[in-house]
Amino acid sequence: MSVLNVDNLTMRFGGLVAVSEFNLELEKGEIVGLIGPNGSGKTTVFNTVTGFYMPTEGNIFLDGTEITGLKPDKVTSFGLARIFQNSRVFRNLTVFDNVMIGYHLRLHSNPLAAIARTPGYVKQETEAKEKTLALLEGLGLVEYVDERAGSLPYGLQRKLEVARALATKPKVLLLDEPATGMSAEETTEMIDFILQVREDFDLTIFLIEHHMQVVMGICHRIVVLNYGKTIANGTPDSIKNNPKVIQAYLGAD
Amino acid sequence: MEKKQLKTILSLVSVAVILFFSFWAEDHLDSYQIRLLYMWGIYVIFVASFNLVYGYTGQFSMGHAGLAAVGAYTVSLLILSPEAKQLSFFIAPPIWPISVVQWPFLPSLILAGVLTAIVGFLIGAPALRLRGDYLLIATLGFSEIIRLLLCNMPSICNGAMGLKGIPHHANLTWVAGLAIFTVFVVKRLVDSSYGRAMRCVKEDEIAAEAVGVNLFYHKILAFVISSFFVGIGGALFAEVLGTIDPNTFKPYLTYAVMIMAVLGGVESLTGGIIAAAVYTVMSELLRVVETPRTFFSLEYPGIPGLRMLVFAVMLLLLILFARKGLMGDREFSWDWLLSKVQRDTKGGQES
Repeated sequence: MSVLNVDNLTMRFGGLVAVSEFNLELEKGEIVGLIGPNGSGKTTVFNTVTGFYMPTEGNIFLDGTEITGLKPDKVTSFGLARIFQNSRVFRNLTVFDNVMIGYHLRLHSNPLAAIARTPGYVKQETEAKEKTLALLEGLGLVEYVDERAGSLPYGLQRKLEVARALATKPKVLLLDEPATGMSAEETTEMIDFILQVREDFDLTIFLIEHHMQVVMGICHRIVVLNYGKTIANGTPDSIKNNPKVIQAYLGAD
Repeated sequence: MEKKQLKTILSLVSVAVILFFSFWAEDHLDSYQIRLLYMWGIYVIFVASFNLVYGYTGQFSMGHAGLAAVGAYTVSLLILSPEAKQLSFFIAPPIWPISVVQWPFLPSLILAGVLTAIVGFLIGAPALRLRGDYLLIATLGFSEIIRLLLCNMPSICNGAMGLKGIPHHANLTWVAGLAIFTVFVVKRLVDSSYGRAMRCVKEDEIAAEAVGVNLFYHKILAFVISSFFVGIGGALFAEVLGTIDPNTFKPYLTYAVMIMAVLGGVESLTGGIIAAAVYTVMSELLRVVETPRTFFSLEYPGIPGLRMLVFAVMLLLLILFARKGLMGDREFSWDWLLSKVQRDTKGGQES
């Protein structure tokens, strides 16, 4: 059974159809890319799937559970995490706190216990701290634990955002342009990072990207959007030679 | 570990010193000085609760005055004797159960906090769906609604006449103890996982939601806990004043708290404590500008309320030139003090 199932998703803003009849089935462990020209509705698909927009029509299932129209924090709690197109780390918090917040979701406690520092609360907090350090260690961010997230270089901020998403224990990770604005070297590093993360955390990945190096390099399948409509869906090779895709990207005469 | 114990001991000792001082001061200082210390303690409670909502959670709420009124009226109506109430309620007789109830001080105080927290929830639940300036306007509006309700409910709170002769139960030790308790609870909360989530809400709501932080829950949590302490602060305020009426709780009170919070640094509780002291002293010193006097045969009539103008200018200057206030997001801590002491002794040994 597919991990993420998007069924006939349509998102309208007033008269504008941003996404129409979008279908997607993500198999466990897959990396699927979503590409398309600017304004074709890629980020809208992400925002709808993660609960930031209420879809006009259609249903979304995560591991068999319907998550259509749930609030983003609820969607995250079911195991769907995302990173944003523009870096959205908590700039004034430390790298450590940025990741630690991901464990807040799984905290079984209440504010009064937190104020009183009951043994149950302290135990969970200590566990979360250990997990945070281990996670940062594994992702090569451990040397920056006490630094303000906003002071990190861009590439590391993107990694930190992925780390923060991983702390919420996702089954599916949605990456919105993880390699935008990166040099060729950083991009290669990001590709390795994504592959490593998928391996280590047993993830299924759905990503938006303009860097063809990334998309063609790591995606098993690619979905192409144009004006909100799916115009192609297939392996990287079939997409490369698809006349519709070429027309959408380069225009036709 | 040894350092941790040392810090705990230092904290406990300083709490004991403060409580002992407040106990001593009650008998040895004159009533004016005691009153200033009272106001300091109450302002500390107000500022700490304001910081929780604005400084740490980023929600600009201006409902302090109205919430303080709820606490003040609750405690006053509970501790006033039925006879005293019958006497002062001459527009309309008090309704049951207000007409018969008389509670001891401590349960009244707790109920004042709880009731204010409930009112805080009722205000926060709709208002916290708004953001930024809209939240500010809505909470300010609710604060005024509470004041106007108090003005127009003669059989519950004696309308615009207010309440007089509120018995004086709280001494300085009570105020000091409650101020310490408030700061302690707020500090513990903001240092916990919930506090971390609140900071994330302040930083970036969209990102906070995406990492699974329930925005509304954490906003309302901060607001309700803050309201509880505002209620306690309002109750002590009524105790100190002895007389309250709806005009005691005009938005001016909220502005005062805001000025203190900004002066101290909105993310600093210790900064707030210092700022509360500065404000208390300054508002006394600035009485000078309101007293009529003669300069070289020129009559200066003394304008009541001119102090507020001075504070307004001060707030403007703070926001323009020192937005972080005295402490910004730093706190006075034992770590800092200990490192100072250690450096000094080291320096002494070397030389």
